[in-house]
Amino acid sequence: MSESSINIEYFFYLAASLAIIASIKVISTHKTVHALLYLVVSLLAVAVCFYLMGAPFAAGLEVIVYAGAIVVLFVFAVMMFGLGTDETLNAPQVRGLSIWTGPVLIAISLLIELTYIISHSGLQKQLTINVVDAKQVGMLLYGPYLLAVELASFLLLAGLLAGYHYAKPEGQGGHV
Amino acid sequence: MTNIPLEHVLIFASILFVIGFIGVIVRKNTLFMLMSLEVMLNAVGVAFIGAGSAWQQPDGQVMFILILTLAAAEVAVGLALLIQMHRQFQSLNIDKLNKMRG
Repeated sequence: MSESSINIEYFFYLAASLAIIASIKVISTHKTVHALLYLVVSLLAVAVCFYLMGAPFAAGLEVIVYAGAIVVLFVFAVMMFGLGTDETLNAPQVRGLSIWTGPVLIAISLLIELTYIISHSGLQKQLTINVVDAKQVGMLLYGPYLLAVELASFLLLAGLLAGYHYAKPEGQGGHV
Repeated sequence: MTNIPLEHVLIFASILFVIGFIGVIVRKNTLFMLMSLEVMLNAVGVAFIGAGSAWQQPDGQVMFILILTLAAAEVAVGLALLIQMHRQFQSLNIDKLNKMRG
């Protein structure tokens, strides 16, 4: 195994270029659902980049919060707007698989890259040198940054109230 | 010290940011504008994580978590406003919102 010749930055460049390709597809596709698919793939590629930069905690948060929660919010909004109806009427049923191929190809190449990095012992040795783990982040977050955490909780509360107020059905009156 | 140079991380972050910015400017659909805003916030997170890993400090990840909460709140309010807009104008075109003739 030529462990010294394999460098970790090439994997970073691969994941970064996949993220850039997926982000370009996000802003250039016509259908909303396709753009959402590419947005998920772009966020996953950025999560792989975080893992390679020595921040596995941030990579997990990126997958859970961005690709999990925020994109699910987008999917619910698309369902409410009913933007997918005209697409299913117009598109032939035979070509149903073709919209998936682009995001699936990028996601599969990301998976292959990640499994290769995890299974390769030399790369793991390179990665564990410069890792900043979750314990340090937590100590800092609830120490000097406690005021910022409180402000973030205020922000989330304001977001909750505003989301409830604006998305309320029309006839439902009363005060929030 | 990390193997990935900080310059390349910052170049990657600025490319992602510019892609998101172009999306905000070019697209007329408000949902696409929100998605491009997500790409922009993500690019800022990449810059913070890269800087944090270059100096081996956890501050970058703390800022990334704060950006994460900001993005969550922004998407919640933005999508609720979009639902109102779709209810009143039956469209998501941003050009329909020119009643103030600004």
